[in-house]
Amino acid sequence: MAAREEKGEDALVAEIEKKITETFEVFDRESNKTVDVREIGCIVRALGCFPTEAEVQKLLEQIEVEEPGGFVHLEHFLPVMTKVLLDKRFQPIPEDVILHAFEALDENKCGYITKDDLVKHLTQGGEPFTQEEMEDMLAVALDPETDILHYRDYRIKLVVDETKTFPFNG
Amino acid sequence: MGCSSSVADRKSENVIRAAILIQKWYRFTMARLEMRRRYSLSIFQSIEYADEQDQLQVCDLPFFLFNGVQREILSRGLLLELEQELVQMGLIAVPDSYYGPRLSFPLTVEDANALLHAFRNEQLLHARYVLQLLSETRRVLKEMPNITHLSTSYSKEITVCGDLHGNLDDLLLIFYKNGLPSEQNPYVFNGDFVDRGKNSMEILIILFILGVGQEISEYILQDHWKQILSLLRDVFSWLPLATIIDSKVLILHGGISDTTDLDFLNALERNKVRDHIHVRVILFSFKNFAIIFLYKWNKSLSPKEHILDILWSDPRSQNGCTPNKCRGGGCYFGPDVTAKLFERYNLKMLIRSHEFKPEGYEISHDGKVITIFSASNYYEEGSNRGAYIKLNPELTPRFVQYQVSKLTRRQNLRERVGTIESSALKSLREKIYAHRSELISAFAQYDTNGTGRISVNDWAAAMESVLQLELPWRMLRSQLAQMNPDGEVDFMSCFYDLKMGQPIKEAQPALAETLCRYRKDLEIIFNIIDKDHSGLISLEEFSQTWRLFTSHLGIDIQDDSIDKLVLSIDYNKDGHIDFNEFLEAFHVVHRLEKKATS
Repeated sequence: MAAREEKGEDALVAEIEKKITETFEVFDRESNKTVDVREIGCIVRALGCFPTEAEVQKLLEQIEVEEPGGFVHLEHFLPVMTKVLLDKRFQPIPEDVILHAFEALDENKCGYITKDDLVKHLTQGGEPFTQEEMEDMLAVALDPETDILHYRDYRIKLVVDETKTFPFNG
Repeated sequence: MGCSSSVADRKSENVIRAAILIQKWYRFTMARLEMRRRYSLSIFQSIEYADEQDQLQVCDLPFFLFNGVQREILSRGLLLELEQELVQMGLIAVPDSYYGPRLSFPLTVEDANALLHAFRNEQLLHARYVLQLLSETRRVLKEMPNITHLSTSYSKEITVCGDLHGNLDDLLLIFYKNGLPSEQNPYVFNGDFVDRGKNSMEILIILFILGVGQEISEYILQDHWKQILSLLRDVFSWLPLATIIDSKVLILHGGISDTTDLDFLNALERNKVRDHIHVRVILFSFKNFAIIFLYKWNKSLSPKEHILDILWSDPRSQNGCTPNKCRGGGCYFGPDVTAKLFERYNLKMLIRSHEFKPEGYEISHDGKVITIFSASNYYEEGSNRGAYIKLNPELTPRFVQYQVSKLTRRQNLRERVGTIESSALKSLREKIYAHRSELISAFAQYDTNGTGRISVNDWAAAMESVLQLELPWRMLRSQLAQMNPDGEVDFMSCFYDLKMGQPIKEAQPALAETLCRYRKDLEIIFNIIDKDHSGLISLEEFSQTWRLFTSHLGIDIQDDSIDKLVLSIDYNKDGHIDFNEFLEAFHVVHRLEKKATS
């Protein structure tokens, strides 16, 4: 029984390692098993995890970064990331939690948030957006005529997009 | 007081926590978007490089066409024929009915403008003038050394442009933003002017006109395409190999290797090298009529290696010089190779093109190497920007980026990625279809129980072994094949949504797939044979061409299957085939709604 379980776990680890390697290689511009350290956050998320920026930084502390240039080698990334996936860390945020988050920003409880409020909250609080990130979000989220975010619709739209294209299952 | 402030605290805590959640979630969706963008570009690039390797086999073909159609020009001394042809050219009459640009030698700025105007309005240029322009260009190029030297002391800035790949719109945009070339506004165009884009010939004509600075009036008569082709080939062999600005900035198309020797390159007879080098196909299409231009390169002789290196090499961040396996020629060169070359020749910068860059340019090797790519939207609307460099007398580069857009409203990031992704997947599915038989046998080898289902691992391994595109197959799986609840892939589902435009019963699967794979090349060849541009060729011409084509590629197809095929597509039995209709039948059709269930 134990032996079979172990074999099952080995197979699982092998699966996970293959997924990680594939994703890593998409970001490996020069096909030499290295990526720029600034892409690690992207890779971790592309694998289905939901870390905060702080959590990404903490992860990076465990991984050796080659200088000069700030490169991360696959062989250093693989064991760390494998553990993250095996431990199921940085789990996805359920839909209703996102909804509550938007509601928390909606001070007047009117079902929408104005552009100014949105910008204020997201560029000043939490892990602030860069100007580019803020602009990108506004471009998709805001109703162009009224400059208002109807967060229920926005949330649904994005969730639908995700399920349509999510490559890795589980 | 105490109460309300703790409520306020809690409230602001909630707000901050909410912000973090939203930011976290947003960054997640953006990362996934970025991943889709990357793998789409990866798909485009892998297919492009794989096609280049394929084309290298196919491009020998027009030689046999020449032999079949007109031996004299190629088998005898090229120049002799050309001189005779040139004499004839003066006798080529330009009909009164022609209302395109009429140019005369020497060219003036007015002619260049007239030509730009004409091309913008999609007018044709007459063959006679093309020939005259080409011969003038050749004359001017012959007088130039292998390595051209430019100086910034005569002008304020020099502009360097990279690959254009036949994008006339980009070239016109550059001229609009940056002004036409002139003595006060010099340009360096760093190769890959043509190939893939629709307006390769126009670009060449413009570039040659502006380079040569002469007035040329051109008519295109289809009868003269052979002369044009021969002359073009000659002209290309005379293009300089590199440019050096102020003795400090080296500009060449691909890159360098650890054996690059500028003195050697400067001394060799560059026009003679052309006959011995490995084939590279450059496709021109001029309205309805296509020419295949061949530039034959062969890897076995040594000066050619040096030329291969400067045309095909790519910079990499790792030290050393290793063979460039993606390209099949040239090498990957590291910062140490660059540093050594710079030290030897006292250089400050290397500007090269040859590689697609999403932002139109990229700086590597610690600022020493710049890649400049001037064809915007290269793979697809929204895939990338183009850029050019302005070099001032201090030799500090300034980059100007642009992106031509056909859409009236600029797509947002999500829409753009969606467009690129569907386009990339479409190309990939066509490639999958074109290798159907091989894929099915590869799948079958893993499917020992004959269930029609194999593991994701096995599916991915099979895909890679047949297609060899080095793509993230697991990531792409949900877009390409269906999986059952047990986690196994139903491998035949790869082909469900793809079918041929019009099933032709007489075509055996291998034949059909070959036609799919080489459809574009066949189209060009048929167009060449079809001298009167009626869209029809005789059964015999078709059979003969097809036989030569398949034997050249080493494909074993029974003779009688071709005959049967030919008879079946001569729908009205008049001894002629409408080849466009024929090729349409082998166009891979995608069913509109693909339901990806996983």
